[in-house]
Amino acid sequence: MTALLELRNVEARYGPVQALRGISVEVPEGTIVAVLGANGAGKTTTLRAVSGTVRRAGEITFAGKPLRGGPEAVAKAGIAHVPEGRGTFTELSVTENLRLGAYTRRDPSVKADIERMAGYFPWILDRGDQRAGTLSGGEQQMLALARALMGRPRLLMLDEPSLGLAPLIVREIFRIVRELNEKDGLTVLVVEQDARIALDSAATAYVLEVGTVALSGSSAELKGDEAVRRSYLGY
Amino acid sequence: MAAFFQQVVSGLASGGIYGALALAIVLIHRATGVINFAQGEMAMFSTYIAWTLTTNHGFSYWPAFAVTLLVSFLGGVGIHRAVIRPVERGPQIRVVIITIGLLLLLNGLAFWIWSGEVRAVPSPFPAGTIDIGGVAISWSDIGTIAVCLTSVLVLSAFFRFTKVGLAMRAAAVNPSEARLVGVRVSSMLGLGWGLAAMLGAIAGMLTAPNVFLDPNMMQAVLIYAFAAALLGGIDSPIGAVVGGLILGVGLNLLGTYVDFVGSDLKLPAALLVILGVLLLRPAGLFGKTVVKKV
Repeated sequence: MTALLELRNVEARYGPVQALRGISVEVPEGTIVAVLGANGAGKTTTLRAVSGTVRRAGEITFAGKPLRGGPEAVAKAGIAHVPEGRGTFTELSVTENLRLGAYTRRDPSVKADIERMAGYFPWILDRGDQRAGTLSGGEQQMLALARALMGRPRLLMLDEPSLGLAPLIVREIFRIVRELNEKDGLTVLVVEQDARIALDSAATAYVLEVGTVALSGSSAELKGDEAVRRSYLGY
Repeated sequence: MAAFFQQVVSGLASGGIYGALALAIVLIHRATGVINFAQGEMAMFSTYIAWTLTTNHGFSYWPAFAVTLLVSFLGGVGIHRAVIRPVERGPQIRVVIITIGLLLLLNGLAFWIWSGEVRAVPSPFPAGTIDIGGVAISWSDIGTIAVCLTSVLVLSAFFRFTKVGLAMRAAAVNPSEARLVGVRVSSMLGLGWGLAAMLGAIAGMLTAPNVFLDPNMMQAVLIYAFAAALLGGIDSPIGAVVGGLILGVGLNLLGTYVDFVGSDLKLPAALLVILGVLLLRPAGLFGKTVVKKV
């Protein structure tokens, strides 16, 4: 298995605050990789370093090539980043959000892809004209996911998809992510505070602590790890 | 009654012009949170270009109109690139000050190139009136309304149905999110300046035949446009157009039926509208009240 995305010694800072102190993460093609950790450990920053929304140093390679430039270039390279807190354009309609997801694409099959998304989220067709801001939290998260998929990304990055959502909806979102991974071979890098559901879905996981990788391994290993169980799984 | 309707129609014509310029202001404000004080002078400059094309280069009116739109668009994009983009990321006040500088620059440049001489500009529409249900309406009013309406419709179709139009809206409402889906936000802002310059050019070219062409021609119109934009809610494109029409009709009726207003007090009346909106309903007719977290 080759790594689709590889971070080597990546550092990132917000002004004087160093959020990442040289982390190395590997995301093999066709797998789901989870990044766990407490608040402020650098989980979100890891994704932001990849998408170029924070100043970064170190080496990031994507599909064998060094990844450079701002978020526009990263999106074009085939990485979809769903930021924390439901990244939708709340003032635009559901359909417009989906059309924007396909912005980097040049092919004419955008309509067909909206219908493909409706296979996962049937409500998006009936409510295409509704403003995204008027959707429920769960629907907005699903729309953000659908929008990311509209770009036909090679790598999907999800930031805290469970944030503020009911457990049932969280399970549904992760079920869809797993299905996309199994059926279409979509590679996923997910940052999550809910370690249990993340470890259930991911093949491998990284645990961050104050900007460094404290632990990494297969999900099964980490689930068995005493420290992980106590700190993140809570039993 | 016929006189009343005549006043309403001619109010709609001037209101259409205010609306077009107000729309230009709204386009830039929505995307950057900044009022472009140079919008009127940009429009005046475009009008001079159209005038030069027709008087010195043998263009007839409508080809000159089209070329002017193109030149204005490129000029708007160029202005953004040259003087706005370098300071875009800083505090907004810097951009505002640059637009004020731009106002003075364009005004001075126009005096220098074309002199302050007042010039008559022929109307592209036939003289005379047409009788609609006993009301004599001038072709010039009908033409002005038609051109404004067409521009607004074309523009809204562009924003609704094209990929670039959608990307421009996305960049305006949520720039960081727009970058994540691959939209080049700064290029979109440049396009916005181009479109705003085009709208201004339309407003200027429609204004010139009614007044006279001189470098200060658009200053009063800009005040009306500010009032229209505020009345509609400074971030609402539809509000800008409706605000313009309401203002145009309102001021026209006020000038006709309230003796002491006449044509002299129309401008102060517009300022009163600005003041009134800011005091009573800051969000305007179509705007949303924005709660800022501190």
